[in-house]
Amino acid sequence: MNRLSPFNVVSLTMGFVFLYVPMLILVIFSFNESKLVTVWAGFSTKWYGELLANDAFLDAAWVTLQVAVISSTIATVLGTMAAYVLVRGGRFFGRTLFSGMIYAPLVMPEVITGLSLLLLFIGIGMDRGVLTIVLAHTTFSMCFVSVVVSSRLMTFDQSLEEAALDLGASPFTAFRLVTLPIIAPAVVSGWLLAFTLSLDDLVIASFTSGPSATTLPMKIWSSVRLGVSPEINALSTILIGLVTIGVICASLASKQAALRAKRDEQQAARAA
Amino acid sequence: MKRAFLIAVPYVWLLALFLIPFAVVFKISLSDIELAIPPYTPTMKDGLWTMLSQLDFENFIFLTQDDLYWKAYLSSLQIALISTVLTLMVGYPMAYAMARAPEQWRPTLLMLVILPFWTSFLIRVYAWIGILSNEGFLNQFLLWIGIIDTPLTVLNTNTAVYIGIVYTYLPFMILPIYSALDRLDGSLIEAAEDLGCSRLKAFWLVTIPLSKNGIIAGCFLVFIPALGEFVIPSLLGGSGTLMIGKVLFEEFFSNRDWPVASAVAVILLLILIVPIVLFQRNEQKQAEAEK
Repeated sequence: MNRLSPFNVVSLTMGFVFLYVPMLILVIFSFNESKLVTVWAGFSTKWYGELLANDAFLDAAWVTLQVAVISSTIATVLGTMAAYVLVRGGRFFGRTLFSGMIYAPLVMPEVITGLSLLLLFIGIGMDRGVLTIVLAHTTFSMCFVSVVVSSRLMTFDQSLEEAALDLGASPFTAFRLVTLPIIAPAVVSGWLLAFTLSLDDLVIASFTSGPSATTLPMKIWSSVRLGVSPEINALSTILIGLVTIGVICASLASKQAALRAKRDEQQAARAA
Repeated sequence: MKRAFLIAVPYVWLLALFLIPFAVVFKISLSDIELAIPPYTPTMKDGLWTMLSQLDFENFIFLTQDDLYWKAYLSSLQIALISTVLTLMVGYPMAYAMARAPEQWRPTLLMLVILPFWTSFLIRVYAWIGILSNEGFLNQFLLWIGIIDTPLTVLNTNTAVYIGIVYTYLPFMILPIYSALDRLDGSLIEAAEDLGCSRLKAFWLVTIPLSKNGIIAGCFLVFIPALGEFVIPSLLGGSGTLMIGKVLFEEFFSNRDWPVASAVAVILLLILIVPIVLFQRNEQKQAEAEK
């Protein structure tokens, strides 16, 4: 299937233009001198200066980062457990319900998840703030982690685990020394996914946060509703830059890991 | 013992923070609005029996009487459906071209599709405000090349909502279709062509049916969240754009009518149960096929 027809080339090019031009425009116009974001008036970095002097944005960024780190870490632990249970747990009471609860949040509209969690928190009299956002984010992102990890668990060779058990390892030791290193890349990408989902979420955070905690998306939302602003363009550029660097680093790291694995295999083959 | 623990922890977490909240929503959808905090009367305060004897569905009846809600549900379905078809039309050719691209390009192409997904959703929607507004880049460009003489009004219309949904959900459509096409055995198409099928016919009779699962998964991944979408219609849509996610959000935060907001959510959930169950079946079928 290695023949690209002119039609294929055109659809790829148009598709990527469609995906990237809007972001490119944001980045270019963050360096615009003028307050009008659609008219170019010369190069300037003043909006970055104003953004960094804006305490409200910095506070919101700090809250967002805390929520994202804590919730994605708990979600990774819970999601990995859930994936292990789903793939290796065999049959147990309520398995269908369990897998339903793992898949449903993936597509559940955010307004429903947000509303239902808020009503729960109010119902049990819990003060809304950082903690409630963390609980909410952990709940939906653990499902994403579990899907990523379970697809890795399904494809790897189970006999490795069985060998460890036969050789006298306890199930936990076998998991720690055999399974975990093999699924580690999936666990890491699950964590990254949970982290970005948390950084990104507006709707669920709006429902579950209280007056004491404003996240960055909530802050962006309240200023974006008033129209386009060059400060938001500057903030977007910083976020796009961080994501791009992160994704490039991650892909380089995984490429290197793949090369190392290949080398190890070759060495093992030679030794044998 | 350890197995029980492993099952119980995520199970209990999801029960407490995913399933029970729905029960709470359902309960509040049956209660009455009150000027207090929280702004609804507790349904069960006099015990289960009194509650059952006084049970009424007035919030649901209210939803059927007010045109707004009917129209919002119908237009959400319509917008989600049209956007899903548009996303498929943009996404399929891209996924197809990616699957046919030389092997060494594919990781890069795949990364280019995934990268926007890691970038803030809110910012990607926001980017379109500057493009689609009357003085925006699209109009500047079209006026400059002379296709139009007066600016087009795109922002604050349903067209802008379609563009926004296609743009933000495109990776969700491309990825499952690509993974289905990537697994497809090229010799099957060659066989069809050898046996006298035209290229187009081979595509229609072999490639499309074999990528069916990818298409189904992609369509559900776009359709279901688009149905309850709130950010895109609020930022890009106009006052005429009715979508149920937006109505729910406003009912809750502006009107502070929690019982009605809950009733809106319950109905939306009922509408979504069918596609969610179908999506899950499709996923499980695929997972089993991969085993």
